Amino acid sequence: MSGTYVGLPSFPRAAQDSTKDTRLRANLTHATHTIRAKRAAAVGELADWPALRAAGAAIKDHTLRHLDHYLLQLEEAVTAAGGTVHWAADADDANRIVTELVRATGETEVVKVKSMATQEIGLNEALAEAGIHAYETDLAELIVQLGDDRPSHILVPAIHKNRREIRDIFTDAMGRWGRPAPQDLSDSPAELAEAARLHLREKFLRAKVAVSGANFMVAETGTMVVLESEGNGRMCLTLPETLISVVGIEKTVPSFRDLEVFLQTLPRSSTAERMNPYTSMWTGTTDDDGPRTFHLVLLDNGRTDTLADPTGRAALRCIRCSACLNVCPVYERAGGHAYGSAYPGPIGAILTPQLRGTATELDASLPYASSLCGACYDVCPVAIDIPQILVHLRERVVQGGQVTLRGSRTTIKPAKGHATERAAMRAARWTLDHPAAWRTTQKLATRTRALHPRHAPGHTGKAWSDSRDLPELPAQSFRDWWQQRERAASAGKDTGKGPAAGGAGTTGPGVGEGGSR
Amino acid sequence: MRVALFVTCVNDLLYPDTGRAVVTLLERLGVEVGFPAAQSCCGQPQFNTGYRHETEPLVRRYAAAFDDYDYVVTPSGSCAAMVRDNYPRIAERAADEGRDDGLAEAAAAAVPKTYELTEFLVDVLGVTDVGAHFPHTVTYHPSCHGLRLLGLGERPRRLLEAVRGLELRELEGAEECCGFGGTFSVKNADVSAAMGEDKVRHALDSGAQVLCGADNSCLMHLDGILRRREAPLRAVHLAEILASTQEEPYRPARPLPPVTTGKTRP
Ligand code: SF4
Repeated sequence: MSGTYVGLPSFPRAAQDSTKDTRLRANLTHATHTIRAKRAAAVGELADWPALRAAGAAIKDHTLRHLDHYLLQLEEAVTAAGGTVHWAADADDANRIVTELVRATGETEVVKVKSMATQEIGLNEALAEAGIHAYETDLAELIVQLGDDRPSHILVPAIHKNRREIRDIFTDAMGRWGRPAPQDLSDSPAELAEAARLHLREKFLRAKVAVSGANFMVAETGTMVVLESEGNGRMCLTLPETLISVVGIEKTVPSFRDLEVFLQTLPRSSTAERMNPYTSMWTGTTDDDGPRTFHLVLLDNGRTDTLADPTGRAALRCIRCSACLNVCPVYERAGGHAYGSAYPGPIGAILTPQLRGTATELDASLPYASSLCGACYDVCPVAIDIPQILVHLRERVVQGGQVTLRGSRTTIKPAKGHATERAAMRAARWTLDHPAAWRTTQKLATRTRALHPRHAPGHTGKAWSDSRDLPELPAQSFRDWWQQRERAASAGKDTGKGPAAGGAGTTGPGVGEGGSR
Repeated sequence: MRVALFVTCVNDLLYPDTGRAVVTLLERLGVEVGFPAAQSCCGQPQFNTGYRHETEPLVRRYAAAFDDYDYVVTPSGSCAAMVRDNYPRIAERAADEGRDDGLAEAAAAAVPKTYELTEFLVDVLGVTDVGAHFPHTVTYHPSCHGLRLLGLGERPRRLLEAVRGLELRELEGAEECCGFGGTFSVKNADVSAAMGEDKVRHALDSGAQVLCGADNSCLMHLDGILRRREAPLRAVHLAEILASTQEEPYRPARPLPPVTTGKTRP
């Protein structure tokens, strides 16, 4: 992935700041709650949603299992249609290929269709280093670019900004990039959109080269598909002479017919629309229509390594609808920047540590950026069991083990800083598997309960009791109460606790000694 | 019908009243309850933090401890979900790694007999009116694992609605996670607290005296926030409400807060 995000703090530290940023919290809560309700309604309209969801998952799984075959078929179809296919193993490869392709045209400006893949590889920065200006044309991407900011959402990269902040960004920065914002620009959505339209129009009409991603690539026909709401993408896809599309290899679907499923599930999951306003499809080049030159850069960048993991590979089904972000209570409070990647939210928490590995502190912290509440799995239109993959990656972080890196099986070490936790977990396992020891531990805790403070000591305890009181330890554990009751029952006494004969005979007085058998 | 209580480690050590309430309630309904002492922990903290190997002996222990019983009832949606959802997975992964050691049989034995309390009441015993009396206003937080992994649906609410004297108040954003999440509450303490604060705010807005849940771990987190803020709301486990009757009413250590009309905060 790109160098753009390197050196960011781990998730908990980044999130600490965002939870205190009341404006960010308010912006995010407002935006995510609005879209949540709309998505639920749009999805609820389709009686066959569970079937569509299962079909989407099945198509993706099938394609991933035979990805080698479908990619070759795709290459053949794109080439036959007059396009050129390039294979990029990683971000550097892809950036180099695109830079050379732009240079070959003699141009120093490109317009861009919103694309996650180019963000993942840091293409804009790489082009800038080569003296090429890349202009984002998606409204939200434009806001982020003008504001010298980073995207914080898959679908609405400027979700963390409110209208007033956007007005200020336009007024301050548009002039430096091209046509300035009109005088006295207000923060009404219509005026903001109009300012962006005028600013962008001049870019569309001048641009000779466009860079895009794609939502889907059809192996059978070599067709690229882009879904969007604004129509700015279509301008980029049709007006320039050269079109370069950078697409992750997992975006492949076998046949045109497969789109039937995703063209229903993607818009409803992402924007809560029944159908997205613009669906652009192109197959190679066509005389006198659209770009004369078409390049497809197929991006791996960790994807085949991810594919090698039987549990983790389901993350590659993702169609980037962002539904999981919008329902995620952690994303809502932490904000997209805390994830330190082009992919924030639940999908980012499972995709980033697979694409980039878990070597950095940030990447090792991402699988823990979830309470495992399961809301993301519920809404995912391709049924990715995100909580299970999170737990799987946590195991990788704390235990290390076998992974595939750049195509070869490697054993990685556990991430730093888990030695104490690991020892504690082992000790707990031993105690819990030896009831006598477990009971001793309990007794010790209960007997010393007067010593237990409301605010726990130590680093871990502090994290808990910064905002919460610890529970008070009761005088007697359940086990002790039960044992007492059993004794009383066998002594024929009335404990005053109702019929106490219940468990008599199933557990002897030897509590703590072993099983009931 | 041989029924065992799986009390869970949180209830055993920190909330024994919940276990007692389950026993009282089930016995009142004519169920003979056993408590095999060989039980310990379902392994959820270990599994969810990434220590799957540490859970394997606990899977075997669970199956062995409850071997004599037809049903295992637990007042914790997340522990029930751990058994039902993850035990087969743990067995499968161990087999993939060439270590079966009876895990598959242990999981196969444990899964079908494990019931969360409200499932057991509604699905097995077929009751929604358990004869409870609890003259207080209550708002209900459906914990994530009960809600999404077990699909408890309306069962807890139906049980609460049948309680005499109880007034159920709506909880805004009820289905949103409270932010506990086991070790999440420590590893991501700030986000966890922010989630809990919002849950508590909605619960206070309901004007209820009692915030009811079916998982003491979530309640521990929420009650910790409530007590820190000295807020007029008490977290109480569903089992304790269902165990309460006119003759043997719920007796909290501290009196319940007064009823409010809700939305009283500035
Ligand atoms: S993981 Fe699922 S819900 Fe999240 S963005 Fe991808 S497809 Fe959408």
